[in-house]
Amino acid sequence: MSKTQRIALVIGLVLYAVLPQFLKSYGVYLMTLLCVYLMAAFGLNLIVGYAGQMSIGQAAFYGIGAYVAAILMTKMGISFWFALPIAAIACFVVGLALGFPALRVQHHYLAFATLGFNVLVFLVMRNEEDLTGGTFGISNIPRPSIFGYSLDGALPFFYFAFVSVILLAAVLWWLLRSPWGRAFAALRDNPIRAESTGVNITAYTLLAFAIGAACAGIGGVYLAALVNFIEPGQFSLSVSLLMLLAVIVGGSGRFFGPVLGSIVVVLLPEWLRFLQDWYLAIFGFAVIVLMVYLPGGLLSLGDRFKSGGGTR
Amino acid sequence: MAESIIEFDRVVAGYSPSVTILNELTLDARKGEITLLIGPNGAGKSTVLKTLFGMLIPRSGEVRFEGKRINGKTQRQLLAEGIAFVPQGRNLFGSLSVRHNLELGGITLPRGELNGRIEEVLTQFPRIKERINNQASTMSGGEQKQLEVGRALLLRPRVLLIDEPSIGLSPKLVQDVMSLLRRLADNGTTVVMVEQNVRTALKYSNRALVLEMGRLALDRPASELLDDPNLNRLFLGGHAPAKENMGRGASADV
Repeated sequence: MSKTQRIALVIGLVLYAVLPQFLKSYGVYLMTLLCVYLMAAFGLNLIVGYAGQMSIGQAAFYGIGAYVAAILMTKMGISFWFALPIAAIACFVVGLALGFPALRVQHHYLAFATLGFNVLVFLVMRNEEDLTGGTFGISNIPRPSIFGYSLDGALPFFYFAFVSVILLAAVLWWLLRSPWGRAFAALRDNPIRAESTGVNITAYTLLAFAIGAACAGIGGVYLAALVNFIEPGQFSLSVSLLMLLAVIVGGSGRFFGPVLGSIVVVLLPEWLRFLQDWYLAIFGFAVIVLMVYLPGGLLSLGDRFKSGGGTR
Repeated sequence: MAESIIEFDRVVAGYSPSVTILNELTLDARKGEITLLIGPNGAGKSTVLKTLFGMLIPRSGEVRFEGKRINGKTQRQLLAEGIAFVPQGRNLFGSLSVRHNLELGGITLPRGELNGRIEEVLTQFPRIKERINNQASTMSGGEQKQLEVGRALLLRPRVLLIDEPSIGLSPKLVQDVMSLLRRLADNGTTVVMVEQNVRTALKYSNRALVLEMGRLALDRPASELLDDPNLNRLFLGGHAPAKENMGRGASADV
């Protein structure tokens, strides 16, 4: 990361930290939601952008994390601080299992395998009423306290989610700059070549899915605490598609790609609400234009300026 | 004569059950030598390397490394045992830096040891050292090939398998790569090479094995073959001229 990029990052973080002070509660909610969404999108970027796998099932892990935490907290009285690692581990394990199809199939076949998984998880959430509350969902999910300080308020919870996503990003940043990160990149570029250098492609494929799933699971736990209520619709296939959109629109395989992509996916529709009935149509059109002119994502804009090149 | 380190004993292998490439192939490669595999397209030269490196499992026969059977071992196991492979074409991860490419070559090593090994390799490749922080894709073809060889050497292999190292390189760079392989062999690394640029490769090799239809057709010292007027015919496809020149275990009808 260059000095200019570091300065831009610090300015961006400071602005993001200060901005909620001037917003109403819905604005603060959206900024918190963006942090939560970003946790899942960072995980998906690891799977899709860095390890070169395909997944349209990320919302399933988002949901598993949310439901595991919600069930533990509301039905068993377990604290958020225990529910969080349990949900993350549960998602890690299920993600590991979902990685197995990736060892046999690739590209659109893998996309359909993960899609099937998302549908399956959605059906379990909707139909297992005794456990999940079915279409009525689970309500009264508590927010945590930290050192006796309640995070019930919109602003405290925003700062909690904000710091959490920065910590998660720091862990992923370290991971991707370690030999593990090189192995993921090798896996994406050419798995056969990677194997000839000694990369255990089985282990790294499974790890990519497992770590990506754990990130989504953590996001899900925060979502449950943010909204205080979860129901299956929050984790449907369309949410997975939006997460994938966030990764691709921002710049798949670029660390900060999901940040820009999540802003487009979470905040842009809200900014377009002044268009009333047209806002989703305009949002869809904007995404099409972005994909046509910037297929490498928003972060590829810098490369385009540097190279002076046209559309890929 | 140096002792055999690699042996193929009546090995049958192919890419599908209906396509047999190696047809009861028997050959060996000797310690500290460069063994050059030549022959017409489809003779099975690259398949020998892939079979040796665990990318193909023989349907029958035995592949031995230092006398021990290695059929069915994974690439990671073979790397750990001391066999490294530089496949044909460009094999770097272009989006990564030179250092990161080297790190991948030693991904199975402990972190502390890896840094030491990288420094060790860099002393052998001063050109690579100069470009250590550059993106691998920005290097010239010769530099990339040097980096590939350097990466393969990180695990200090006893046997280096290299497929068509001269592809896409200028004549000067081909000489550089061949000199490098010669130096490695002189320092004790066994090299098994497949190369289309036969005349140049023979100058640097100890021994040439000519394959035809997945069988050993000829086994001769490289220097002898270099002077052979039939070289072009042998390389482009044809029959071995004299039975007494045939390698051990080669079929009489080839």
